[in-house]
Amino acid sequence: MKVTMTVNGKSMSGDAEGRTLLSTFLREELGLTGTHIGCDTSQCGACTVHVNGKQVKSCTMFAAEADGAEVATIEGQANADGSLNVIQQAFQDHHGLQCGFCTPGMVMAAASLLEQNPKPTEADIRHHLEGNICRCTGYHNIVKAILAASGQEVPAVAAE
Amino acid sequence: MPKDGIGASTKRREDIRFLTGKGRYTDDINLNGQLYVHFLRADVAHATLNAVDTASAQDMQGVVRIFTAKDFEAVGGLPCGWQVTDKHGNPMQEPKHPIMAEGKIRHVGEIIAAVVADSLEEARDAAEAIVVDYDELPAVIDMKAACADGAPKVHDDLTSNLCYDWGFVEENKAAVDEAFEKAAHVTTLELVNNRLVANPMEPRVAVGDYAPHDDSSTLYTTSQNPHVIRLLMGAFVLGIPEHKLRVVAPDVGGGFGTKIFHYAEEAFCTFAAKQIKRPVKWTSSRSEAFMSDAHGRDHVSKIQIALDADNNFTALRTDTYANMGAYLSTFAPSVPTWLHGVLMAGNYRTPLIYVNVKAVFTNTVPVDAYRGAGRPEATYQLERCIDKCARELGVDPAELRRQNFITPDQFPYATPVAVEYDTGNYHATLDKALELADVTGFDARAAESKKNGKLRGLGIANYIEACGIAPSNLVGQLGARAGLYESATVRVNATGGIVVMTGSHSHGQGHETTFPQVIADMIGIDASQVEIVHGDTANTPMGMGTYGSRSLAVGGSAMVRAAEKVINKAKKIAAHLMEASEGDIELKDGQFTVSGTDKSVAWGDVTLAAYVPHNYPLDQIEPGLEETAFYDPANFTYPSGTYICEVEVDEGTGKVEVLNFTAADDFGNVVNPMIVEGQVHGGVGQGIGQAMLENCAYDADGQLLSASYMDYAMPRASDLPMITVDHSCQTPCTHNPLGVKGCGEAGAIGSPPALVNAVLDALNRNGHAVDHIDMPLSPSRVWTAMNQ
Amino acid sequence: MYNFEFVKPSSVEEAIAALKEEDAQPLSGGQTLIPTMKQRLNQPSKLVSLLGIAELNGVSAEGSTVTIGGATPHAVVAADASAYPALAALASNIGDPAVRNRGTIGGSLANNDPAACYPAAALASGATIVTNSREIAADDYFQGMFTTALDEGEIITGVKFPVPEAANYQKFEQPASRFALTGVFVAKYADGVRVAVTGASNDGVFRWTEAEEALSGNFSADAISGLTVDASDMISDLHGTAEYRANLVKVLTGRAVAAC
Repeated sequence: MKVTMTVNGKSMSGDAEGRTLLSTFLREELGLTGTHIGCDTSQCGACTVHVNGKQVKSCTMFAAEADGAEVATIEGQANADGSLNVIQQAFQDHHGLQCGFCTPGMVMAAASLLEQNPKPTEADIRHHLEGNICRCTGYHNIVKAILAASGQEVPAVAAE
Repeated sequence: MPKDGIGASTKRREDIRFLTGKGRYTDDINLNGQLYVHFLRADVAHATLNAVDTASAQDMQGVVRIFTAKDFEAVGGLPCGWQVTDKHGNPMQEPKHPIMAEGKIRHVGEIIAAVVADSLEEARDAAEAIVVDYDELPAVIDMKAACADGAPKVHDDLTSNLCYDWGFVEENKAAVDEAFEKAAHVTTLELVNNRLVANPMEPRVAVGDYAPHDDSSTLYTTSQNPHVIRLLMGAFVLGIPEHKLRVVAPDVGGGFGTKIFHYAEEAFCTFAAKQIKRPVKWTSSRSEAFMSDAHGRDHVSKIQIALDADNNFTALRTDTYANMGAYLSTFAPSVPTWLHGVLMAGNYRTPLIYVNVKAVFTNTVPVDAYRGAGRPEATYQLERCIDKCARELGVDPAELRRQNFITPDQFPYATPVAVEYDTGNYHATLDKALELADVTGFDARAAESKKNGKLRGLGIANYIEACGIAPSNLVGQLGARAGLYESATVRVNATGGIVVMTGSHSHGQGHETTFPQVIADMIGIDASQVEIVHGDTANTPMGMGTYGSRSLAVGGSAMVRAAEKVINKAKKIAAHLMEASEGDIELKDGQFTVSGTDKSVAWGDVTLAAYVPHNYPLDQIEPGLEETAFYDPANFTYPSGTYICEVEVDEGTGKVEVLNFTAADDFGNVVNPMIVEGQVHGGVGQGIGQAMLENCAYDADGQLLSASYMDYAMPRASDLPMITVDHSCQTPCTHNPLGVKGCGEAGAIGSPPALVNAVLDALNRNGHAVDHIDMPLSPSRVWTAMNQ
Repeated sequence: MYNFEFVKPSSVEEAIAALKEEDAQPLSGGQTLIPTMKQRLNQPSKLVSLLGIAELNGVSAEGSTVTIGGATPHAVVAADASAYPALAALASNIGDPAVRNRGTIGGSLANNDPAACYPAAALASGATIVTNSREIAADDYFQGMFTTALDEGEIITGVKFPVPEAANYQKFEQPASRFALTGVFVAKYADGVRVAVTGASNDGVFRWTEAEEALSGNFSADAISGLTVDASDMISDLHGTAEYRANLVKVLTGRAVAAC
């Protein structure tokens, strides 16, 4: 079947079977490989995107379910001039990524959090990241980056 | 100093592509005409494999070809890169490690057949139609049971399930036993170092490609060391010479050891692509990763410390069973021996040490190096046992440690287990950690916790590790079948920009940022003028890759050596340009000057002259400016540190909460503090994961109980605290040009005993006399220990 | 996964008609179904999405009853069920934010995972499960793990919760899946207290009647201090022994009462 959705503001169409996952559709049909697949039990969150403004795991949703929807992926997050947006910049500034594999999902989850809760506490951030697993950072600098992106003070815990 | 030179927390340039979805990981690579492979894997742990009938599957839609073990008769097994010699002087037992199960199934997840089809789903459909005729055998899972007389054998052609029985140092055994007989006090502890799954967030992927026109093969793979894969797969498995085999490891989403090894799937995709003459791609699912990525740890140990009447350690002995799994993974035999036994002295002066290790085959996934590899197992035993000892003696655990430390004036210090620590200052990191963790304020905090119904505890652990593996001569004597140098080519372009081709591989470590910082510092140019190329055997010199915290210590040193050669040549050119003597040329801030004069030429003028050699002494100097160096370290490096963990235990549920974690490390010199701290955070995260969450468990039949993230507990953001890190105690390495030691594994090495010590402290302070709890300290285990 | 036909009807009637096809299955949020299908453990011929049916989505409160549409995602319950705060709090802690945006109450109750949160709320609240054809009392609905009173082709259109005087849910997470290793929902009504336990038993969600009796007489954590929970019916696995789960049932019940 043909599936059409607005991805990062552009209308895009492609072929999908019933079983085609949204993540597969984005990666293989639309070539948007920034969305990653890190597990098959819907837990790691590397595939996190926004569908109609809501954070979802694109590996646990069929492409057909997103037919007609507004989809936002990591590829559409930068500012119009190509520079990093506030969240992306905070991740770079605070070394909130190492291997980069979980990063697209983390950025999308962070964007969703800050939209609902513009001044989250450290605990709010950690709770919101329940479904995003990072193996590199111990989350320390991810939490710092999200605090910084929200315009709040970042706790000084390292000898820096 | 340039602003992004050594010591600057330069932001990572690679982040831009990762943050915008432009990373290029192996699974992002799709080649024209690509086929997909699905592996039919064993769902029993041990069986006689009678026949694999692919007839009906072969005719299914989309199927191109099905491979079974028969197709690999002319192909070698996966090689093991390290041969350990046992305590009798005999080589270890080394079974064949076939690409696919031959005659027997030896672990759940072993490959039985491979279906190559137009799509992955078609391959999976066809795999379901393959009929496997097998007779299940009793599985051998428990290591001690595997060593019992009459135990079923994993490999029928071996004499037993014992890979080797290693004694170190065998000559010291009698003296160690004698010291125990004379001891005023002996502390004994039996413990398990739990089996883990490395779980880099990017699952493994392999894409094989073949070019008939020149008979060359290319493998794209998620590897920490593409040259090692090229060497092992080309020379030992498929018989492809290096010049006909290119291995590319592009952006790799974390490794942690498990992407060092050469795996069957890599060889398969390369082999099948050549057979079919179309690209063949395999992308591991996470479920597949749990039963095919090499696992880590899995030691069962007994450790004993002997003390004299003044609480000085007089001797140490350990007995360890180390699980090898069903086959020997690439570096598996070295982990419990040369990466574990030689670290048993820890930070202490213990004069007599004997380590026994029995490596055992079981019907489980092969076990190999995982972040820390051997050193976490050594540290855990030692630091847990010392803590138990302090409790038995009623002394302060920090002071018992301090009393037995190797003192700063004793370096270089030769341990009784064959290594020589070049530098260190263990008192300094202990003091720093005690200060940062506000240990003096602990009692007040504990009282506050008690008011809230929580049990608070504090745990200390020191660690020492051997990094920067390794002097090739030495490891060759110890059984390594490879050299462990590193390489770099520094290519200076005509207009002065530099490309460094390194054999090190970054899969999160940030080499693209830190390596240019070093070059910028050496030449005095901006780091943005330096670019790093890595991960492709076609355009980097032969290198050994990244593991064992070796990139900067060994790969960085190779780069420094190559850059020194470049600078020396550039000085000759500069001397010519300025009509001065070469010995008078100085390079600073990107300018060559003649000392004592105001003459100077810029870096760019010299590089241009090298490539446009009009006014140039061609009879004395070759044109061009490009040098390669291979660096073979003189010794390991020895990072060390003190970690302090503070926890609260919920008495009703046994749940442990980590409140504070402090890491004071001595990494020697630090190139990029931000990245070093990030490495510690990540290592501590994994160490806390091991200590309280992660557990790779099998049932008695060899079924994997923790086969997905539904049962294998990965640390989440809510499980971890902010981590206080410090690296100000620096005793630079004495034998590499940068004075660096390596920081990648420390966090995972020092943190598990600190956490376990903290929990036991919380329990014992509050009336629960508990000697030990095996990791992970799950709520159920902690509660059970309190309520026995 | 196996292929299937995807349809997205806009009314309950159309959905029921579509589900008459052999091996057709309803698809709600899919947060359990899709991972199961990835493992090829489920082979529907057709998936009938319920998310296009507007009447199945939403929270309403009338008198002392909160009604939740069968296809309402957890995030909406968390945000909109303010008339029943303990229920909203439970919803806000299921899975993770992405799961809460997709997973639905009807999907959870139809699946009846023995470690899911909603079954505890429904059973402790004495909720009524409303389907396209009938109403089922929670006490009759749950019939053991992954087993319910639903017939083939029957879908949950809504759940009616009588709002209690006080209620609290204590979830103790299994550290890997973050489902409930054990969860206890305590609800105090004028006519007595109901206590439902998820995650602990081999039989799925159950009522701890001894605690209900004790708490109905004296609604304080002390009231259950003398009770013991029989460990012989409890799940024992990698994450906790049966004895441990039995302990959690009691500890969490006490904490839920204290938090009411």
